[in-house]
Amino acid sequence: MDGNYSFRKNLSAFFIEIGELTGFAGRFFQELFSRPFEFREFLRQSYNMGNKSMLLVGVTGFILGLVFTLQSRPTLMEFGAVSWMPSMISISIVREIGPVVIALILAGRIGSGIGAELGSMKVTEQIDAMEVSGTNPFKFLVVTRILATTLMIPILVILGDFIALLGSALVENLKGNVSFTLYFNQVFNTLEFSDLFPATIKTFFFGFAIGLVGCFKGYNSKKGTAGVGKASNSAVVFTSMLLFIIDFIAVFITDIFYP
Amino acid sequence: MKEETKNTVINIQDLHKGFGENKVLNGFNLQLLEGENLVLMGKSGSGKSVMIKCLVGLMEPDSGKVEVLGREISTMKRQELDELRADIGFLFQGSALYDSMTVRENLEFPLRRHTHKFDLENTDELVLEALNNVGLPHTINMMPAELSGGMQRRVALARALILKPKIIFYDEPTTGLDPITAKEIILLMLDIQKKYKTSSLIITHDVDCARVISNRMILLLDGINYAEGSFEELSASKDPKVMAFFK
Repeated sequence: MDGNYSFRKNLSAFFIEIGELTGFAGRFFQELFSRPFEFREFLRQSYNMGNKSMLLVGVTGFILGLVFTLQSRPTLMEFGAVSWMPSMISISIVREIGPVVIALILAGRIGSGIGAELGSMKVTEQIDAMEVSGTNPFKFLVVTRILATTLMIPILVILGDFIALLGSALVENLKGNVSFTLYFNQVFNTLEFSDLFPATIKTFFFGFAIGLVGCFKGYNSKKGTAGVGKASNSAVVFTSMLLFIIDFIAVFITDIFYP
Repeated sequence: MKEETKNTVINIQDLHKGFGENKVLNGFNLQLLEGENLVLMGKSGSGKSVMIKCLVGLMEPDSGKVEVLGREISTMKRQELDELRADIGFLFQGSALYDSMTVRENLEFPLRRHTHKFDLENTDELVLEALNNVGLPHTINMMPAELSGGMQRRVALARALILKPKIIFYDEPTTGLDPITAKEIILLMLDIQKKYKTSSLIITHDVDCARVISNRMILLLDGINYAEGSFEELSASKDPKVMAFFK
């Protein structure tokens, strides 16, 4: 009986949160098109998110390509299909693994960072101070950050995909004596518009989700340092779940248009 | 009577505010006169901060009238409220300095929001003037985390002053500071009041602060003005509830 009550309570809290998140997203679009535009802050956020995530994305991408190729090589060799390696790796990375893995890594870095930053600003009354200064804190803090993640995540994913392919090409060069030129020729011959376009479009949604949830959790965090930690943590958990849901929907829609 | 209305910069009448079942303010009244230092004392959770947040439009009252500089807060549009806020300085309890910005950027922030009031070419001059007022011009390029608690409070005061406001709200200005630094902040508040002829509303638990700075005091209890008068009058009161504040 208690378990049933607890489940119903949690389910109800979940749907209330979804409703609040939807309202928060609605407010984002409402404020996005109203003046003044906080362009300087948007550029600052984009620079911080992009520049400071490049190393993480580069290392993750490189290891991803390297490991994926090393692990796939024996199986492909067994079937005498090792020459298909560049095609297989490029399609897997560009279509699915690159965007999802890099978005998850960035949800951890950027999403939790936004959650913690806004949460601590709320707790220490910095958001109130901003409002009293005659600034719309939602516009200054939330709109700029969501916009920055929406635009920067696709760029970082493209960079990560490219570095992953470099890692894969390195393995092929060392193990299979395949030149970089030959490897990338095969990659570009394999990849089509239908591989690149939907994969890139979905990364905009990934970026939007990372920024939206991070801001939502931080902006609505409860008082106290525990609230800041919780905001940061739940931003990552909620975003990760949302990324898989978006990915599922994106794959489903892509399959309709490019069967 | 007419002259008194003219000199009233803040007028709160029958203010009610609650959070669910918890009624925090139950018909609170307050008038702050031009150039006056009014101290508001009350127990923790008595609604002092809620009242001050209603005054700057950070919270919406359930009912009652809140007028600042002759304008009713609840009927104002966002842009009008932002313009009014240029005439209000607010020193937050924990200083509330933007920790991702330098001291200079913290002080420039309100200036950039009110370009109608100030020429942005003179920001350096205004920032330095504000920091000189609090004796911290050398901290201009430092981050808030590099400053002590007392220095942060001074920088926050400089930020509250930079728009040359007509009214300053101080929310627990000496809380968390050692007695010497607290005294420095109190003297600084007096200097500023003399220099800029501001009207000040000070929320504090600090009896020393109230004694030095107040022209008039209000004791807030159970959401209403329980007692009102000068420091001397209230501290001499025989009412046990009033006496409890001065122990």
